[in-house]
Amino acid sequence: MTAVLESSGLSKRYGRRQALTDCTLSIPSGHVTGLVGPNGAGKTTLLNLAVGLLQPTSGKIEVLGGQPASSSEQLARVGFVAQDTPTYGGLSVADHLKLGAHMNPGWDNELAERRITQLGLDPAQKAGKMSGGQRAQLALTLAVAKRPELLILDEPIASLDPLARREFLQVLMEATAEQELSVVMSSHLVSDLERACDYLIVLVASRVRLAGEVDQLLATHWQLTGPRCDPAALPDDWQVISASHTDRQSTLLVRTSGPVADPAWAADHIGLEDLVLAYMSQPAPQPARTATPSMEAQR
Amino acid sequence: MIWLTWRQFRAQTIVTAAFLAVLAVALLVTGLNLAHLYNASGLATCHGSSCGTFASNFISEVKGGLSEKVFYAGIYIVYAAPAIIGMFWGAPLIAREIEAGTFRLAWNQSVSRSRWVVVKLGLIGLAAMVTAELLALLTSWWASPVYQAASAARSDSLSIARIAPPLFGAQGVAPIGYAAFAFTLGVTAGLLIRRTIPAMAVTLAGFALVQIAWPNWVRPHLMSPVRESAPFSIGRLDEVMIGNGNQMIVGDTASKPGAWILTNQAVKPDGQPFTGPPTHACLSQGMQACNASIARLHLRQVIAYQPASRFWSFQLYETAIFLVLAVALAAFCAWWIRHRRLT
Repeated sequence: MTAVLESSGLSKRYGRRQALTDCTLSIPSGHVTGLVGPNGAGKTTLLNLAVGLLQPTSGKIEVLGGQPASSSEQLARVGFVAQDTPTYGGLSVADHLKLGAHMNPGWDNELAERRITQLGLDPAQKAGKMSGGQRAQLALTLAVAKRPELLILDEPIASLDPLARREFLQVLMEATAEQELSVVMSSHLVSDLERACDYLIVLVASRVRLAGEVDQLLATHWQLTGPRCDPAALPDDWQVISASHTDRQSTLLVRTSGPVADPAWAADHIGLEDLVLAYMSQPAPQPARTATPSMEAQR
Repeated sequence: MIWLTWRQFRAQTIVTAAFLAVLAVALLVTGLNLAHLYNASGLATCHGSSCGTFASNFISEVKGGLSEKVFYAGIYIVYAAPAIIGMFWGAPLIAREIEAGTFRLAWNQSVSRSRWVVVKLGLIGLAAMVTAELLALLTSWWASPVYQAASAARSDSLSIARIAPPLFGAQGVAPIGYAAFAFTLGVTAGLLIRRTIPAMAVTLAGFALVQIAWPNWVRPHLMSPVRESAPFSIGRLDEVMIGNGNQMIVGDTASKPGAWILTNQAVKPDGQPFTGPPTHACLSQGMQACNASIARLHLRQVIAYQPASRFWSFQLYETAIFLVLAVALAAFCAWWIRHRRLT
């Protein structure tokens, strides 16, 4: 399986601020990938690098095996809905569809018009007069109807109310099912992604903390409760993500590929949201340790 | 891409076309009236020396009336057009895309950024040049009887120097260059400042500065001026100024109809400019004695000028220079868009 997005040592600096540090990723195709992290973690930077709106300071990034935005062919293969879902305020819905038709050789007009009808948008309405949710739907329609192989969405649902949010994700899910589309979407709301994503990347403070298929991540992380222990005495293949201790008891979040055999520990699976929160609240790891999650993600 | 450019530019096109149409009608009506005056004055059918009188009559009829106002209004419009184009077509072109974030939508269609910028700058730049030249042609057509009469008059007082500012820049093909330059200046300002209103202000200020500086300090040197020296003639004495501090300035009319006079100086026999001291006769006696005393100084009149015959050479130089500047600005914009981040 080829990667839809492959990066190695990817870094981006704005002046003195490091927006993305040493990002090494390989997202396999056929997934809906969620990119989560707190505000300012570098999500938008990573996605803008992936569509060629930014150039990396160092490192490499390839999308669908090509340089981002290097040619019109490359541009045609990637659909992008930017943050705040920009549309031309003075142009009507129908004008936006014409724009898509004129600027994309693979434009699927039948699909675009069907979606506009389904969404109940008035083709004559100006985008500037629509609600945020309607604009987001229009932007998504534009990105989907160009028939890309990969759809990249930057916080597309951040500004939407819960109902519009659900609708948007539903439309997105339908599109991915119909078109065999890979999707990479960012959000700082894990609950939104939980429904939609089967691949997850956690980005904290400009670094990749965790990346992998959701099923696998959930299967290899354990919430352990047991007698108070010495962290140094834990098995070598346990990677402790978080730990809290009382006088007599220790609670650990541990990543391990094998089963937890020691009967002293009560092992529970963990939900995706708790897992992500544990990684996000983890103190900045030592450099030696940073590499581990991203290295594993490469496999 | 061409469709998008057209669609985004449609409103401006309609406004501009409407303005041009209204202006054309207004100029046509007043222009036919002027042509009628011209024919009635006898200038169209005159021969030889009688033409001079007819021309003077015609010009004095034009002066002070509506026609004179239209004549100057036409010049203002041709000068203002490139500035307005730069402000309203150029500055918002990219600045508005940056402000609204829509460049991120535009640049993620299957059209490369280079093509996006080339088509936008190319098509709208072309529209800018066509608009400016249409305005110049319209107003020049309107004013042609005035120019013809002025050259028929063969008199220094009625001569109109089309090669001199401000007329020069409102005629010929130079407005094409100005429009292209002002447009790309606006685009560049918008791209660098990233906000429409400040970019418009900078465009206006920048272009106005160029329009003031250029005819004063650059254009006179595009071709080396013709210098002529002749004995100072009391018959053509134009001014005698006596200032405090022992100064006196005298000047002859430069009799070069249609030429752009750059300098006109009275010099002493040793070649130094004459600045005084005032002659005794001029301080205390009548005009005739004063004139006679000036004649006894044996001054010479030295003038430097661009002759009327260089009009088209200057037009071509100027247009070429401004077109090159415009292309350089456009290339800079294209480079910036390719290599710098806008997010």
